[in-house]
Amino acid sequence: MNLDFSDEQKALKDQVRRFLEDRGGVAQMRAVLTSDASYDKDLYKGLAELGVLGAAIPEEFGGVGLSHLDLCVVAEELGRVIAPVPVASSIYLVAEALLQAGSQAQKQAWLPRLAAGEAIGAFALNEGEGRMGPEKVRASVSGGKLTGTKSPVADGDCADVAVVAAKSDSGKVSLYVVDLNGPGVERRTLNSIDPSRGQAALTFTNAPAELLGGEGDGWHIATQVMDRAAILIAYEQLGGADRALEMARDYALERMAFGRQIGSFQAIKHMLADMYVSATLARSNCYYGAWALASGASELPVAAATARVSASQAFQHCSKNNIQVHGGMGFTFEYDCHLFYRRANALALALGSVSTWEDLLVDRMTAGNAAAAA
Amino acid sequence: MDFEDTPQEAAFRAEVRSWIDANAPKHLEDQLKRANFGDIGITSEDPIAACKSWQKKKADAGWACLHWPKEYGGGNRTPMERVIWNQEEGLFRALGGLFTIGQGMCGPTVMAWADEEAKRRLLPPLSSGEEVWCQLFSEPASGSDLAGLRTRAVKAEDGSGDWIINGQKIWTSGAQNSDWGLLITRTDADVPKHKGLTMFYLSMHTPGVEVRPIKQANGQSSFNEVYFTDVRIPDAQRLGAVGQGWEVSLTTLMNERLSIGSGMSTGFPSLLSLCMDVEIDGKPAVQDSNVRSKLAQFAVREMGLKYTGMRAITALSKGETPGPENSIGKLVAGATMQDLAMFALDLQGQSGVIWEKDGPSDGRFQAILMRSPATRIEGGSDEILRNIIGERVLGLPGDIRVDKTVAFKDIPTSGRKH
Repeated sequence: MNLDFSDEQKALKDQVRRFLEDRGGVAQMRAVLTSDASYDKDLYKGLAELGVLGAAIPEEFGGVGLSHLDLCVVAEELGRVIAPVPVASSIYLVAEALLQAGSQAQKQAWLPRLAAGEAIGAFALNEGEGRMGPEKVRASVSGGKLTGTKSPVADGDCADVAVVAAKSDSGKVSLYVVDLNGPGVERRTLNSIDPSRGQAALTFTNAPAELLGGEGDGWHIATQVMDRAAILIAYEQLGGADRALEMARDYALERMAFGRQIGSFQAIKHMLADMYVSATLARSNCYYGAWALASGASELPVAAATARVSASQAFQHCSKNNIQVHGGMGFTFEYDCHLFYRRANALALALGSVSTWEDLLVDRMTAGNAAAAA
Repeated sequence: MDFEDTPQEAAFRAEVRSWIDANAPKHLEDQLKRANFGDIGITSEDPIAACKSWQKKKADAGWACLHWPKEYGGGNRTPMERVIWNQEEGLFRALGGLFTIGQGMCGPTVMAWADEEAKRRLLPPLSSGEEVWCQLFSEPASGSDLAGLRTRAVKAEDGSGDWIINGQKIWTSGAQNSDWGLLITRTDADVPKHKGLTMFYLSMHTPGVEVRPIKQANGQSSFNEVYFTDVRIPDAQRLGAVGQGWEVSLTTLMNERLSIGSGMSTGFPSLLSLCMDVEIDGKPAVQDSNVRSKLAQFAVREMGLKYTGMRAITALSKGETPGPENSIGKLVAGATMQDLAMFALDLQGQSGVIWEKDGPSDGRFQAILMRSPATRIEGGSDEILRNIIGERVLGLPGDIRVDKTVAFKDIPTSGRKH
């Protein structure tokens, strides 16, 4: 048994960390947050040149052909600096959807461009408030033309291509590839709790759409893709949780009150210990997820939901208590605490809310039990 | 990243499995399966004898104290082999509970501090289970603040060099079954508290040692009070120098953390079964959204603990030394099992009040409910563990202590306020 990353993967992690810190670390996120830019173009280009965007994309499609474990360590580093780049949408979701269900032509058309950062992908599933499910898909395709509205779509404001869930001619939920630079696409940028990651409403009016995977397989493929993305996003959440904990720890060491370091008070110390516990449990669950993702184990759905719930909560817990440890300063715009708080709460909703994933986890565990009992 | 054995590990596992299959006391299997938290569940024979018999059998075949050197009754095996043994021993591991404190904490302390002759005398029967040990540390006035202990060791006035012990220990697990005890005492009250301590070992059959079981909140009596009245111990039974007892005790406490990979369980699988069996509004509880959310929360804690344990085993197999980060296991498990038990009883409804072996879920959740408060206190309370994580893992400063540089005799105590 070996529940750890390889030395090569750890070296890659260090390399990505240095690269991101050299570029300014969290300052990049703040820059995007306070500007009109929807993401950091230079940083994204740099990540492409470093080969990390294409880490898990096969070489025949312009990628580097490493494993998903490599992509996990990259994700953790992106999460540590809450990087303002559309990696999750473009790589974890759209590239994965193409890899899982795309035709040879679709893969060839988009994967090399996604790996090179020349094109950005967005995963357009959600419609309306409340928990998303196949029954809520109203967007529809008729004669190869898509009509409907998807909102919010992460990185929909800057994406070149979208994978969209819509009803087919015969009313079955299916996935479609849509060129967002083509006709019939209208984008509206949305304000959000985390403007460092753009959100948009995409309205399609007879936009040309190409079926991705089998007709009627849309929800099934989307679920598989989101399970895989959930593990990668969990790594981003893990990186963010760890960094928020470190910020709180550093501040507790530096800040004096009542004549002593505030970290010497048990009220603060125990809060930090509990943050460490959440982050550690999440890390262990993420390792389980990474193993399942890389090995294609049948436990992948359970592992994905476990990592997702655990890491979402750890990041939310660490980022909110990071503000608390910082006291009033933590609530200033100037301090970075709110950047992590914003990202934590936005990521907790990406791919569906935590309660949605709790539900999925129980479904999957009890299905396993029923199968074992049968 | 994998869960596979190496070829050597697989071969070792196969060897272990076949030996256990051929030798384990399978007639006890059904009783062990139905055992509840805090109760080994053996009624068909004397449970102590059953534990000793399995331990002796293992020792005779070289499977006891796997990580110890052979000359002290161990198996001279790697940490990973020990983990594999534990996994394969499965249900029968419960029979080793009687020896956990002796082999896990007292033994390593003796190994680190005793002379060669004492090690060869004491360790093999500890490994084989022929002699049981207990740890005489906590006192009525010093639990979390262990170094505040007051049991006195004074040099005998007859010039023999012997020590005379007077005082009281408490929360001593298994003292009533023990042959030997590891005893920390105060030998000097005129210096700050950590500096005036000295460690000994003694036979629990020494005159003047009296063991009184404590009737616990859950009705059982696994903890004891131990009284010392003019107990005489030869100086040869001292471990470490006079005044070095705190340092010696740290060996013991460090080893407590080394007992990792045992994977503390929270009772989650039983809860999941319960949720599929009991009903809410005519439907299995597992279909209720409130129940599902709570189940998911317990699941991620249970799995987080499981994989944290596996990461620790991985680190161990790479030659890393487990450190204070392993404090997380009991901290999470204790609180989780208590919450889980309360939730299970809630699902059982009014029947949840029944605690019978043939009652709801064999009474297992009631047993967890009633035993788990102790889990959150024993071997380092939740609060002490959070201090350890805060200070030794995260590097936060220690609390400001008013007693650190004061002579022990001048420290205010509950009965002696300043």
